[in-house]
Amino acid sequence: MTGAATAAPSTRNAVIEIQDVTKSFGERQVLGGIDLTLREHEAIALIGASGSGKSTLLRCIDLLVEIDDGDIFLDGEVITDPSVNPVEVRRRLGFVFQAFNLFPHMTVIDNVTLGAVRAHGEGRKQSRERGREVLERFGLGGRENDRPDQLSGGQQQRVALCRALAGKPRALLLDEVTSALDPELVGDVLDAVRDLKEEGMTMIIATHEMSFAREVADEVAFLHEGRIIEQGSPEKILAEPERPETQKFLRRLLAAGRV
Amino acid sequence: MKLFLIVEVIVLVLGLLVAVVRTSKVPALFPIRMLAAVYCDFFRGIPVILLVYLVGFGVPALNLSGLPTDPLVLAGIALSLAYSSYVAEVYRAGIASIHPSQTDAGLATGLTRIQTLRFVVIPQAVRRVRPPLLNDFISLQKDVALVSVLGIAEAFQTAQIITLSTFNYTPLIAAALLYLAVTFPMARILDHITAREQINS
Repeated sequence: MTGAATAAPSTRNAVIEIQDVTKSFGERQVLGGIDLTLREHEAIALIGASGSGKSTLLRCIDLLVEIDDGDIFLDGEVITDPSVNPVEVRRRLGFVFQAFNLFPHMTVIDNVTLGAVRAHGEGRKQSRERGREVLERFGLGGRENDRPDQLSGGQQQRVALCRALAGKPRALLLDEVTSALDPELVGDVLDAVRDLKEEGMTMIIATHEMSFAREVADEVAFLHEGRIIEQGSPEKILAEPERPETQKFLRRLLAAGRV
Repeated sequence: MKLFLIVEVIVLVLGLLVAVVRTSKVPALFPIRMLAAVYCDFFRGIPVILLVYLVGFGVPALNLSGLPTDPLVLAGIALSLAYSSYVAEVYRAGIASIHPSQTDAGLATGLTRIQTLRFVVIPQAVRRVRPPLLNDFISLQKDVALVSVLGIAEAFQTAQIITLSTFNYTPLIAAALLYLAVTFPMARILDHITAREQINS
């Protein structure tokens, strides 16, 4: 384990910095001025109701969606300027999707190594070796020649995680990675993410799963109608939220048995 | 048979190229995209036999040096043009059927747009449209047989006779235009309906 750095989070370098980002789809404003800083080895959980803008924010960071206004920085460099090549930015970030989005026509190992070979110019043999190691680590040893549809949802999502890690990302963006899973499969993926966090991976986790927020995140940000209206330690936000919107959201989750 | 194989390869490559251009969303490619759309509508709208006649008679009649005059080659060109437009539409349907989340995943993996098309979208699209591709494949085989056995050799002689006597291809061109007048609007209406369905879903 590389271990988290010893410096206090606030003095560590910012990996991702979001400043006053707005985004509308047509008339509907999805992000209404977001400010957020993600520091090295830190994990931030984004919580909030469906449609509050969590996914859109992550997609904006990975430049899959173009922002309307504001700036996003990666390691101090602005990435939302038109002069920046989005491909270069995406190669420095890892993204895991809610619905896995594995490539169904490829084997597991090819899913994992495609980016390493084609985007990072790694040798085929070397990337396969490394891919196998990563798969092994996440309990997928021996499945490398299977097709994604031969795996369970939890296994598929772990393959997607391996795929995102293959490019050795600076930060990992996890978009509701357990929402499409049967409840009994959530644990596998949760364990994998927890492991990554312990190794010091920097990440933003959009989630409905409060165990993510509680067990993995250093900080929880509550999104409401495209704004972060409350942010703080998991203990504080989950146990003693100040804003009535946060309280209401958590009460609802509690009622649904999700906390 | 040799002609058929050559034409089929040209058709599969050219068709894919046209389809990729038509489905691209880059604003800078707009003129080429228009051109590809017109290409499809044009050659889709003209009956193959008419196209074979126009190319088979017309090109030699131009009397330009450097242009092929071998009737079989001319028939091959005419068939390639026509079938590429059919196959392009088949490919296009296949590409459109691949969910955008696959493109997202390709891009997020660090691939460029072209790499995403090549390694993620097109392989899946081609798999999906194999049955209709096979359909066009069979039609092409039949049309090749037709033109190579009885069409061009005879037609070429006829062409020479007509060229010598009149130099006039207006009737053929007029016929082609009439076909296009019907098929062009039809294609546009279909595109419109498809676009509306996509928005609704």
